[in-house]
Amino acid sequence: MSKFTLQVNGQSHKVDVAPDTPLLWVLRDSLGLVGTKFGCGVGQCAACVVHLGGAPIRSCMMPVSAAAGVNVTTIEGLSADGSHPLQKAWCELDVAQCGYCQPGQIMSAAALLAHNPNPSDGDIDDAMAGNICRCATYYRIRAGIHRAAEIMAAAKEVRT
Amino acid sequence: MSAILQAPLDRRSFLKIVTVAGGGLVLGYYVRPEGRAEAAKPDVEKVGGVFIPNAFIRIAPDGTVTVFSARPEVGQGIKTSLPMVVAEELGADWRSVKVVSAQLDPVFGEQGAGGSMSTPTSYAAMRRMGATARTILVEAAAQTWGVPASECAAADGVVRHGPSGRSIKFGDLVAKASTLPVPPEGSVRLKDPKDFTLLGSRIGGVDNPKVVTGQPLFGIDQTRPGMAYAVYDKSPVWGARPLNANLDQVKALPGVRDAFIIDRTVPADSLTGLVPGVAIVADSTWAAFSARRQLKVQWEGGRFPNSSWDDFARQARELSKAAPGAPNVTETRRDGDIDKAFADAAHVVEASYSYPFVAHANLEPQNCLAHVQGDRAEIWAPTQDPDGARRLAAQVLGIAPEKIQVTITRIGGGFGRRLDADPVAEAVAISQRVGVPVKLTWNRTDDLQHDHYRPGGFHFLKGAVDSQGRLSGWRSHDVAFGSSMDSDGYPARFVPNYLQLSSTLENGIPQGPWRAPGDNTYAWVICCFLDELAHAAGKDPVEFNLALLGNRDLGPGADPRDRHYNAARMRNVVRQAAEKSDWGRPLARGKGKGLGYFFSHLGYVAEVAEVTVSQKGELRVDRVVAAVDVGSQIVNLSGAENQVQGGIIDGLSAAWQQELDIRQGRVVQANFDDYSMLRINDAPRAIEVHFVKTDYPPTGLGEPPLPPLAPAVFNAIFAATGKRVRQFPLSRTDLSWS
Repeated sequence: MSKFTLQVNGQSHKVDVAPDTPLLWVLRDSLGLVGTKFGCGVGQCAACVVHLGGAPIRSCMMPVSAAAGVNVTTIEGLSADGSHPLQKAWCELDVAQCGYCQPGQIMSAAALLAHNPNPSDGDIDDAMAGNICRCATYYRIRAGIHRAAEIMAAAKEVRT
Repeated sequence: MSAILQAPLDRRSFLKIVTVAGGGLVLGYYVRPEGRAEAAKPDVEKVGGVFIPNAFIRIAPDGTVTVFSARPEVGQGIKTSLPMVVAEELGADWRSVKVVSAQLDPVFGEQGAGGSMSTPTSYAAMRRMGATARTILVEAAAQTWGVPASECAAADGVVRHGPSGRSIKFGDLVAKASTLPVPPEGSVRLKDPKDFTLLGSRIGGVDNPKVVTGQPLFGIDQTRPGMAYAVYDKSPVWGARPLNANLDQVKALPGVRDAFIIDRTVPADSLTGLVPGVAIVADSTWAAFSARRQLKVQWEGGRFPNSSWDDFARQARELSKAAPGAPNVTETRRDGDIDKAFADAAHVVEASYSYPFVAHANLEPQNCLAHVQGDRAEIWAPTQDPDGARRLAAQVLGIAPEKIQVTITRIGGGFGRRLDADPVAEAVAISQRVGVPVKLTWNRTDDLQHDHYRPGGFHFLKGAVDSQGRLSGWRSHDVAFGSSMDSDGYPARFVPNYLQLSSTLENGIPQGPWRAPGDNTYAWVICCFLDELAHAAGKDPVEFNLALLGNRDLGPGADPRDRHYNAARMRNVVRQAAEKSDWGRPLARGKGKGLGYFFSHLGYVAEVAEVTVSQKGELRVDRVVAAVDVGSQIVNLSGAENQVQGGIIDGLSAAWQQELDIRQGRVVQANFDDYSMLRINDAPRAIEVHFVKTDYPPTGLGEPPLPPLAPAVFNAIFAATGKRVRQFPLSRTDLSWS
């Protein structure tokens, strides 16, 4: 066991875990942040996507030792109150079915929109092809990302 | 608390008004504890003793309407849709409705979620629930004002008096309503569906805000104080048992609390309940996963330790050559004179179709949190069949089912897998041994190698078309793994000369229902072979199929869900799908349209797929047009469309990409790197859903949209390329053309 200090959603957490423990399981078991999901454990389904230093990573493959000291954002910290444009769009378009993969979908999509605020279908396919939705809500995920881009653009217009 | 028991709502249920702490109005719906409601007789005298009280609806003085959702939410949207039905009839303001998941409790009656049966079995009852409560509220308002109830109406959470324009909020009627008797059933009037304002609209899932913020909704998210984390290692060869394992070594690993062999099978000889294995109990999920990598087990036996897919395929080919009456060739239906049909035919077509085993691969891995304490237990589980899970747990534990409390969590994908409760059986067995709450988590390899699979199958077909281009003969020989085609299933009864043969391959492979069981593959075999016959007859496939459907409405078949095959409803959706998809409009080479249609789980669905196949053989599904008849009322338009869109893409995923290989008595694949699931880049570009309303009771949508997709796409590929693909998955076939 080793002690690590993690910065998660703007808060500092001290954990004492095996150094090879994937960030996923530290989030879920040690910190009780269960929005990040376990799906495959080998980086193939992306249910576990979080942002590490702003970049989307598969937390099931990322040992906690590599995450220490870097800002981690999970679905719980994407917005304070569920008001991220993607979260709004997901509710507005009723994207989810079972909902299990959606935190990972939203975190992948948030990373896409952060650098490409108006993605094409092709951009979405490229950025989101790592995320499995077993209920196959892909049609609405595409629409949800476009809708979130609209919400972001409208908010920007209001600000300027 | 005072309780007033009143006349029965119907033959199987009672309503009861009680006041509860805080002065809320509770309207309960009573059924017999065993849940076999239809066996009950109206018997007011016995109500107090026999019927267990429970509330579906609660109205609080602040106007909040709480509706309990009794069925598990697997992503089918039932937690939103059935409360909408209650709220519609109640006249509630949806914004004031709070939906709460019910625990497993016999007073709710059937609490399973499977077979697309929740809507057909609960729709009418939920309407009556809402309507009865509304009738009481209206009566309470009428008495308050001293006016006839007939002059009052409820809507948007208030009762209004038409002539005077006065209104009272539901919350302000709670005290008065709680003193009133439940009206006799005959006096409760249901709304005219044309007056519905909520049903048929688009309502987002009630849990959406929690889903998108990562709140703990699912089974795998549950925790209890003092909880331990467990894994359960089973032999990849089905039916093998552990002879010994390096338990001492594993127990010494960091974070490991215990490791032990469970050498039991419950029920006896079952492959889908508790099976023998090795449990590791640890302080964290990762400690348990890590320790498992050091586990070494010596396994013994297995049901068919040498079985392989290649050998099953060889056996099937051998069987296909056998005549009716040969060993393991059972004649399941014979109509007319099949030999004469072939002798007289203008065209005879022969083809064989096959598909492999596939897994459910629910994205939430199988899991269960269980706490066994002596003769009592608590279970938190993502189960589609909470009552079945409790019965299995009781059998494993040797305690009475009533001593087990089951909390039904949100479920990260059902698809039928979670109708079986093997993870629950494992979790309770482990918790019983270690005496603390235990969360069992399967990994993806457990999931793929210990699924209860959708079986593979082999179908050998021969069809005859007469000189007028009509289907005159159909011979099918189905070689399967235990299940068999319904002898009344389409196109039986529509073809005058018909022979159906069935053979079973001994296998020892755990199998279970997978979204639209049977239909999920039979629709493909049947509709693709019909497409072959249409082309042999020189007919347009839509015209050929409409002619086959004829104008016969057929009575109940052997399958309990096949209550009635209404050819008119099927013809209607086929025509709609053809019309909305511009069927018949010429397309460039490499593009094509195909038709699939099937009656599944009470729904009539036709789909037309439009595909592009590049010369290099890359497939793109450009558009799918679905015409769907699930009766008179779409409950939640958003959820309903989502089910159709998802069913279409799920059907495409299975047909195009999914395949499990079997070698030496086990599944070869171990994770999503070798078991392919469709990704967003392969999802259809456009999906159009057209609901065709007909004058029949509303039915479910979890399953019906899936079966027609595969034949629509495969027939479209034929239209585009001339290539007839007769095996799943599509990814195995080179589609290039020149």
